[in-house]
Amino acid sequence: MARIELDGAGVVVGLSTATGPGSRTILAPTSATLTEARIGIVGANGSGKSTLARLLNGLVEPTTGTVRVDGLDVGRDAAAVRRRVGFCFTDPSAQLVMPTCVEDVELSLRRHERSARRRRERALEVLAEFGLADHAHDSVHSLSGGQKQMLALAGVLAVQPSVLVADEPTTLLDLANTRRVADRLFALDQQLVLVTHDLDLARRCDRVLVVAESRVVFDGEPGAAVDHYVRSVGDDVPSIGSGG
Amino acid sequence: MSDLLLGAHQPGDTLLHRLPVGAKVLGLAVFSLVVVLIRSPWAAAGFLLVALALTALARVRLRAVARATRAVLLIAAFAGGLQWWWYGPGKAIETLLDLITLSLAAVVLTSTTSVNAMLDAVVRWLRPLRPIGIRPERVALALSLAIGALPATLSIARETRDAARARGLGRSPRAYLSPFVIRMVARSLETGDALHARGLGDLD
Repeated sequence: MARIELDGAGVVVGLSTATGPGSRTILAPTSATLTEARIGIVGANGSGKSTLARLLNGLVEPTTGTVRVDGLDVGRDAAAVRRRVGFCFTDPSAQLVMPTCVEDVELSLRRHERSARRRRERALEVLAEFGLADHAHDSVHSLSGGQKQMLALAGVLAVQPSVLVADEPTTLLDLANTRRVADRLFALDQQLVLVTHDLDLARRCDRVLVVAESRVVFDGEPGAAVDHYVRSVGDDVPSIGSGG
Repeated sequence: MSDLLLGAHQPGDTLLHRLPVGAKVLGLAVFSLVVVLIRSPWAAAGFLLVALALTALARVRLRAVARATRAVLLIAAFAGGLQWWWYGPGKAIETLLDLITLSLAAVVLTSTTSVNAMLDAVVRWLRPLRPIGIRPERVALALSLAIGALPATLSIARETRDAARARGLGRSPRAYLSPFVIRMVARSLETGDALHARGLGDLD
């Protein structure tokens, strides 16, 4: 597994100085070393969990502290980090940029394989691995939501990163597709960092970080982390139908 | 939305599939020039026959042909109508046939050439310009994104229009255009992030 080190990594926006007027903390300085195979991140909308995930492959650079993946700094060694850390978004449509499925996977492979023929062969193999062989030459826009998410995963994993960061990959999916995508994610050889609202998925992880109000408020064993999150939500939010 | 694509690549082994991309692009450019420069309804009919023959040779699916002609027929009918009014029936028929011919020729190119093959070709052609700061992979990627963005843009336009109608604001340009522009900018940022995450900005 890769070694992801956050050393006081935080994100503040809209600033001339980190504490100046108009600045807003998106993620307070966070320190953690992530080496487990399955790491979950849970938290409310807008809590900062996506920012934490985006720090890990350099989509967001820390304004304080550092983030390192296997010793590579996400700012200084950005290209090398992105080769190691794949990223999967909530909405796969934003991630699919080529007209057909096989062409989208081929696009990912351009950095790794110069021969067009071998790229095509490899792309078809990857699509078959993800159950999309029959859709290789279909338009990406004709796929269902679950198939699009599978294709997005195929595009990211085709280049065999050592870590996959998935930012709410099942949020837009129905139950069957959620199970399909989740089973695929948990069967990966790669290290997985999973941002999710699905507490059942969080419980399947080896370690879970709970993010609230721009800071990591709990970091530990999944059962305890989920309990902590549920309790914190229960304290703040009246349940539906509770009246008032 | 897939029906809005000009012509997605159809794998095959016809002569046109096997031709190098450069030859096809050059052929399309020359053919288009000839179609536009030679002014005669009879010549236009002949060019249409050539385009149909190429379509058959490339074994382009009838559905793709229907889509391409359906999309262009509206424009062709409008342009032909204007030409009829201004210059008479000969000119109108020539314009109509020429537009259908050109769209068919474009469909033959896109159906027999994958976007990645086009990217490879563009990268090869632009490589000599690298010393003056042109980054071939980035230019090729931008071109492919422009092609790929069309269906997504139309999809967002349709969703935004439906949302405006659902709120009873179907006739308000502001209720349609403002969210459309905002969503397009948001989609562009998301696409940029996705490309960045896939390391595609690091291609050069």
